[in-house]
Amino acid sequence: MAKVPEMELMNKGTTACPGCGAAHAMRYMLKALGKKTMINIPACCWAVIPGVYPSRNLEIPLLYTAFETTGASSSGVRAALNAKGVDPREITVVGFAGDGGTADIGIQALSGCLERGTDTIQVMYDNEAYMNTGIQRSGETPYGAWTTTTPVGSQKAWKRNPKKNMMEVVNAHGIPYAATVSIGHPELMIEKIQKAKEIPGPKFIHIYAPCPTGWRSDPSNTIELCKLAVDSCVFPLYEIEDGKYKIYKKPKDKIPVKDYLKLQGRFRHLPEEEVERIQENVDKEWELLLKKEEFTNE
Amino acid sequence: MSEMKIVSGNFAAAYGAKLSRVEVVAAYPITPQTEVVEKIAELVAEGEMDSEYIKVESEHSAMAACIAASNAGARAYTASSAHGLALMHELLIWASGARLPVVMTNINRAMGPPWSVWADHHDTLAQKGTGQLQFFCESNQEVLDSVIMAYKICEDEDIMLPAMVVEDAFILSHTKEPVEIYDQELVDEFLPSYDPDYKLDVDQPLGFGSLGMPDWYMDFRYKIAEAFEKAPDKIMEVNKEFEEVFGRDPGGLIEEYKTDGVDVLIVTMGSISSTSKDVIDELREEGHNVGLARLRTFRPFPVEEFRKLTKGVNVVGVMDRSYTFGHGGDAAREIKDALYGHRDVILKDYIVGLGGRDLTPKILKNVMLDAISLQDKGLDREIEWVDLRINQERWRR
Repeated sequence: MAKVPEMELMNKGTTACPGCGAAHAMRYMLKALGKKTMINIPACCWAVIPGVYPSRNLEIPLLYTAFETTGASSSGVRAALNAKGVDPREITVVGFAGDGGTADIGIQALSGCLERGTDTIQVMYDNEAYMNTGIQRSGETPYGAWTTTTPVGSQKAWKRNPKKNMMEVVNAHGIPYAATVSIGHPELMIEKIQKAKEIPGPKFIHIYAPCPTGWRSDPSNTIELCKLAVDSCVFPLYEIEDGKYKIYKKPKDKIPVKDYLKLQGRFRHLPEEEVERIQENVDKEWELLLKKEEFTNE
Repeated sequence: MSEMKIVSGNFAAAYGAKLSRVEVVAAYPITPQTEVVEKIAELVAEGEMDSEYIKVESEHSAMAACIAASNAGARAYTASSAHGLALMHELLIWASGARLPVVMTNINRAMGPPWSVWADHHDTLAQKGTGQLQFFCESNQEVLDSVIMAYKICEDEDIMLPAMVVEDAFILSHTKEPVEIYDQELVDEFLPSYDPDYKLDVDQPLGFGSLGMPDWYMDFRYKIAEAFEKAPDKIMEVNKEFEEVFGRDPGGLIEEYKTDGVDVLIVTMGSISSTSKDVIDELREEGHNVGLARLRTFRPFPVEEFRKLTKGVNVVGVMDRSYTFGHGGDAAREIKDALYGHRDVILKDYIVGLGGRDLTPKILKNVMLDAISLQDKGLDREIEWVDLRINQERWRR
């Protein structure tokens, strides 16, 4: 397992909320990628977390871009570097967007970037809603969750649609590498991002990044939630390399999903039968993933 | 060696980009711009043009990619039209806010609905507030010249703004004219490589476009306004330099055609200008003291030049190939702004040729005769729509 490098490219002094998973996501990602990295950041929490002009807490060049453009912006930076003769293995171009910027408004530019085979790493740090604008539901908000646009009302209540499976969306583009990683497993996260860095072509990294503010969870539980998400198979850690699935962190003993849900206020309204329904769905998805792993490795 | 080729306005744009040694092209096809992207693809495929060409999935992404490439220190180019340009709107503003000299060609086309692919200036003029310099071309040669010139103007450290070089759909975009394709060495002498002071650089990491609080934002906007104030002089300076190197005057801010001491001044933009010049000749032969100003640079708007040009003029007749609802023809309105408090002149706005409606010499002559008649009868109406189905008899007789 990779070691967490001591080098820091993210300085103290962020505007992140206490217990912010996205802050850890950037910090570990930069530890994995090193100084020779250029990052495209659209509208998202990370448009604010580095600090306001003229302050900046990251020691790498940053290009802030419009909400729906991360994939296109990354393509532009990569093209400019190609034009200047800079090898993709020398400087890593990263698109670093939240779940809304990746899976909703940015999905077109992401798809174009992947389809064109652009040698970049597209990262979705997933806090499962539009957190920067104040906890509105996104395509990545899971079934059952409260958000400010899926409030718990007397007539209509909470999000009834499932979470969009972005790993499958990107895999459908035939890209060489995609992985889910978690800030609760930093060594594994660094290992996978370093692996992605060395692979030519478009890569996708899905980072699980809890948001205590939006999830109505205790900031001190952020890492605990990450571990529970993996152990309950809500957020399995796996990679897809050239179409082959590999679950790289299988829980020894699968824990009930309710142990994960109960630490978050956003699920507090759910009746017992809905918790059971979520459990059934998680089990079904997990079984499917195991089969995909088996099938693609035959 | 420079060579004459018979090419369309679209090919002229592509050759302009090639001669400018554009490093990154990002573009998405739209009628009537497609020949631009096709020609560049061919030039790149044949190894005649050394550019990274990103075939993006939308115009929005085209400009986003150009912005990013420019931020990384590369000379970037795109081309679009009408709905594609409208989709770019957010990024047109971004490019100027980020002070990036991205140059694009826009083929002026009407906006739907109803769907129309024909000439109309509304698409470009709807973007007049986005911080882009805007050059309206009259000929295919001017399209090529203006692309090269635009980089020179936009990359100047006092300017650092994006630009749109625009040509009318089909009338220029698909019509072939003789165009001088300059010797590359000559262009290189005129236009040095792009080398910005600040760019994405791992050895000197900076952040571009971060959050500006109210105590900063306004000052950034003021710096852009300052650059726009400096732009007219810079455009004329580069225009002069261009003429010295290539022996051709692309038209500066306003091209004046027989305007000395005229009583009636006609103002046109784009491709109708050349036909209009013929009509001016005819009217002068008939004894009318009329001249033409071709508004080439819409942004920055040549305010001072219009004040000078209208000294002693009785009537200004403006032909607008666009109409902004609730406001009027864009050029006429801007000229009124420029003349307010400076000139007591009759100004009439003629809305002409929307959605590619043909503008024959006959119609143009009737418009000019109407403007001439205002000297005696005074202003009858501020805005008149010309050659509508309900009034065609009057304008075609």
